[in-house]
Amino acid sequence: MSEPTTPPKKMNLNREEMPKQPAVVRRGNFMEVALGYPLETARREASRCIQCKKPLCVAGCPVEIDIPGFIRHIASGDLPQAARVLKSKNCLPAICGRVCPQEEQCEARCVLEKKGAAVAIGRLERFIADWEAAQGTMEMPLIPKSTGKRVAVIGSGPAGITVAGDLIKLGHAVTIYEALHEPGGVLTYGIPEFRLPKAIVKREVDYVRALGVDLVLNFVVGLTRTLDQILDEYDAAFVGTGAGLPWFMDIPGENLNGVYSANEYLTRMNLMRGFLYPRSDTPIKKQTRVAVVGGGNVAMDCARTALRLGAAEVRIVYRRSRQELPARLEEIENAEEEGVIFEYLTLPIRYNGDDDGWILNMEALRMELGEPDASGRRRPVKVEGSEFLLPVDAAVCAIGNSPNPLIPRTSAGFEIGKGGNIVADPATGKTAKDRVWAGGDIVTGAATVILAMGAGRVAARAMHEYLTGEKV
Amino acid sequence: MFAIVESQPLVPNLYRMVVEAPPVAAQVKPGQFVIVQAVEFGERIPLSVADWDAEAGTLTLIFMEVGKTTSALAAKKRGDALPTVVGPLGNPTVIEPFGSVVCVAGCYGIGSILPVARALKAAGNRVTVAIEGRSAYLLYGREALRGHCDTLIEITRDGSRGFKGHIGRLPEILREKGVTADRFIVNGCTFLMRRASQVFEPAGVPVIVSLNPIMIDGTGMCGVCRLTYDGKMKFACVDGPDFDGRLVDWEEFLKRRKQYVDEELIPVHHTGHTRCY
Repeated sequence: MSEPTTPPKKMNLNREEMPKQPAVVRRGNFMEVALGYPLETARREASRCIQCKKPLCVAGCPVEIDIPGFIRHIASGDLPQAARVLKSKNCLPAICGRVCPQEEQCEARCVLEKKGAAVAIGRLERFIADWEAAQGTMEMPLIPKSTGKRVAVIGSGPAGITVAGDLIKLGHAVTIYEALHEPGGVLTYGIPEFRLPKAIVKREVDYVRALGVDLVLNFVVGLTRTLDQILDEYDAAFVGTGAGLPWFMDIPGENLNGVYSANEYLTRMNLMRGFLYPRSDTPIKKQTRVAVVGGGNVAMDCARTALRLGAAEVRIVYRRSRQELPARLEEIENAEEEGVIFEYLTLPIRYNGDDDGWILNMEALRMELGEPDASGRRRPVKVEGSEFLLPVDAAVCAIGNSPNPLIPRTSAGFEIGKGGNIVADPATGKTAKDRVWAGGDIVTGAATVILAMGAGRVAARAMHEYLTGEKV
Repeated sequence: MFAIVESQPLVPNLYRMVVEAPPVAAQVKPGQFVIVQAVEFGERIPLSVADWDAEAGTLTLIFMEVGKTTSALAAKKRGDALPTVVGPLGNPTVIEPFGSVVCVAGCYGIGSILPVARALKAAGNRVTVAIEGRSAYLLYGREALRGHCDTLIEITRDGSRGFKGHIGRLPEILREKGVTADRFIVNGCTFLMRRASQVFEPAGVPVIVSLNPIMIDGTGMCGVCRLTYDGKMKFACVDGPDFDGRLVDWEEFLKRRKQYVDEELIPVHHTGHTRCY
């Protein structure tokens, strides 16, 4: 059924667009925004790959997927083989295809990117993952004979799932401990349904469980058991507990009702399914004028969630300009299309409330960009006398998190960084604590799904070497 | 799932439930709490642990029926199960040989003060427990408490048992009984804890309260349980639940607790049924 394919002689710079729900429609529902490539579009896009001898895209991928390999099989129509190649390196392709910042990683290195038309690697990855799921049968890898070693993985987010998937495929017994009542970590509580449907997260978690990984929910390592108690029962442990306490700005009025951390706002909506209230049990407020403070992907997620809940006016309040927004361009454009208003060069300085403790408005200042700071971005400077009031009935603070302190606080032997993060060797994920590895946001501070997965991959290798004395 | 071993009403609106959660029962200490869900995908609510049996692997929870989730919990029978019982969360109540400790409890706090009093007594303190309610029929668990304190004081608003009045009378009662306190520990509704913090302020000793804000994850992630304490932002789930009530911004705390009162009425209209008390 597969046809031979020859690399195109002339570069095809016509990058295939992915169909999306129209902005006016999608801002009124929680269904996925991007609809995925149809088969013919995927094959056309795949055939644009020039199959570089030394593919730079692979070097740009934190989990080293054989990108030209799986794309070649799409182009030739051998989709089962494409899925096999993809999944040999990435156990969460449906998720990565959706939420990885490909434009900074694989696609940034694509030779065609020099002409502004990188192969749409992420969309093709998503296409294959969804195609495989639609077949209804997942191909299971062969699990080698048991090594007799037991590994505990703390946290079922992207880092933990990757470590668990990799180690079980190497013959170790793996148990994942999750504090919440559903697995997935940030994939479940943080990233909204319209960007990453929860059915997909469930599918990927089910896959890892089908491989034999044991998943214990409602178990807070550090409280239900300390890490040291866990280590009595296991040969090694991986800590992937992610981002923890939300940051606030330390300005007056942040404890007013109607002021949320992004974590709370998104958790109510995603993990607790607040958007279904009162059919679900966790209430949310119907708010009409919402300001989201921050410029990252999480801020975009909050703003777009607010629109879908029926808010009339949703603003992103960001202290620098559009150029410096840390969010993915795709998400910024989606938010703009859907009608999110961007208040650039704006810094909140206070929230004012009514007598019942509800927020009435945000007091803010205008900024201008001065000299570049240590990060290379131009430093925002306050414009004197530019204070103004923005009437809002909700404000969401999406400026980041500090690492979760529960494990470092209840277990000795870690080296703890300045921000409260666990220090781990980037090459191995090994921490200062005996038999314990770590990766993801607990080590790096808030970062991306794929970097957490990359850290999981690195740690799994090092853990396997420790457990068996053999290299992967 | 977490099997329910016992479930019965204690007094009107208050329920006692014993649930199997062996890992939690093995680790829990006085003053800690759990988060439970009554149904799958249900709301997560924090409940104080009123007692536990590490050997049997069970926890005793005492809760007041107020909204949709606690109504669903109240309707559970022995043999049913809860999808989530997670913990023990929060920091344990600090137990040291303080000298003389006065524990004050009302409502569900009469349940959760018991392990605190027991531990204080075991640490060599002179323990006075004062329980408070509208009327005699609302004071439960007196016999159990009597076994773990030196003096049990009962106060009812209508005078149907013990002293007539409210928490404001307690300093006077303590004076009459010759009890001086090196520390107060207060468990109960927000109103009781706030009032106690004011009433005992002149004593010049810590008034430890066990705060009960809205929570979701209970592990520090969401921040909905935040409060202003001594001028700084704290999270009740990871920094508490115990705080010195003299330093809590109570007005703000009460307002934050009431955030969802309007929304909590929606299911009542929506499903068309509610209970009558």
